[in-house]
Amino acid sequence: MHEWALAEAVITAASKIAVKEELKEIKEIIVKIGELQQVDEDILIFAFNQLKKDLFRNTLFYIVKAKSKLECRVCGFKWDFKTQNLDENTVESIHFVPEVAHAYIKCLRCGSPDFEIIEGRGIWLEEIRGVK
Amino acid sequence: MKLLDPRSSVIDKRLKRIRRVIAVSSGKGGVGKSMIATVFALIMAKSGLKVGLFDLDFTNPSTHLIMGAKNVLPKEEKGIIPPFFNDLKYLSLVFYSGDKATPLRGVDVSNALIELLSVTQWGKLDVLVIDMPPGIGDVVLDLIRLVKKIEFLIVTTSSQIAFHTVKKQIKLLRELKVKTIGLVENMKMNKIKTIQEETEKLDLRFLGDIPYDSTLEESIGDCDKLLATNFSKMINHTLLIKEI
Ligand SMILES: Nc1ncnc2c1ncn2[C@@H]1O[C@H](COP(=O)(O)OP(=O)(O)O)[C@@H](O)[C@H]1O
Ligand SMILES: [Mg+2]
Ligand SMILES: [Zn+2]
Repeated sequence: MHEWALAEAVITAASKIAVKEELKEIKEIIVKIGELQQVDEDILIFAFNQLKKDLFRNTLFYIVKAKSKLECRVCGFKWDFKTQNLDENTVESIHFVPEVAHAYIKCLRCGSPDFEIIEGRGIWLEEIRGVK
Repeated sequence: MKLLDPRSSVIDKRLKRIRRVIAVSSGKGGVGKSMIATVFALIMAKSGLKVGLFDLDFTNPSTHLIMGAKNVLPKEEKGIIPPFFNDLKYLSLVFYSGDKATPLRGVDVSNALIELLSVTQWGKLDVLVIDMPPGIGDVVLDLIRLVKKIEFLIVTTSSQIAFHTVKKQIKLLRELKVKTIGLVENMKMNKIKTIQEETEKLDLRFLGDIPYDSTLEESIGDCDKLLATNFSKMINHTLLIKEI
């Protein structure tokens, strides 16, 4: 249920934006989740629904999944992150702090752990739609 | 409307019930930051305060070695709940990186820091002690940006080389208008007062010196032994939480 903390971060960020934009109600929130962090979509939606009040009474939450793209800084090789070859504990660790991927994953071509997470790291607030 | 990273907005909320956040920091490595942060936290916890210890030296975490923290793991419940170890709420990246080399670039360091700050549920604490990486890099700058109540406790050795980098750090902290509690001179082996005088010239409080303790090494990994060292007595004497 660490998704709950992330959902709360989204709600807090959206509330701040609503104040700035003078929104009275938030109709839609689109959240992107990167494959690397393995955020559980159902738990995230469940958490959002628990946090639905005030500005968010009628908010519809949409979740878009994004592939994680990694690029080696040494040889330039690019690859998509997949969990297949990692054991359960490793996937779990990366779920909590995606950066620890650098302790477990190596470039598929040259073996370097010095790669960049160019896309699809964690949770992202993609869009919010509200009424003034 | 295109938006960004939602995580940092929730950090204030996560730290709301913490009275003081003290970063044990130095421009230099190897001056005793981790040892001082750990023993200071342990002493306060034993005195009945609610204390947290947060190891933010991601590339060289060492508080788990100092305390001999084995088989402790955080719980997951509406975020990360730091486990209790020796009366401390304790969190280190080691819980996730498993003591493997974790090569992190600046952007990764920031991301890992923001992630931990935004999902960790510390609850109510009197003091959260942070063991910092050396220098004035990403962790220092991000913490100053994200944790408004942060205070710095500066550590140096008697060496002019260490103190030289520390002076630059003190100036930077001033420019950023960050609270600095004072300076500790660690591993002291002489009676020379240069560091004290220069610190006071900078208008920074000199908290005291801690002598070199040759029994410290053999106490590593055992909190009770650590607390019985002369080092621990001197920390207790130098860093009275009520007075700093
Ligand atoms: N007052 C002291 N007397 C003896 N050894 C010390 C003292 N303070 C620190 N040390 C030792 O010095 C080394 C570096 O300390 P550490 O806390 O890891 O430094 P840092 O975190 O600043 O890199 C460790 O081996 C530690 O046990
Ligand atoms: Mg250290
Ligand atoms: Zn490569």
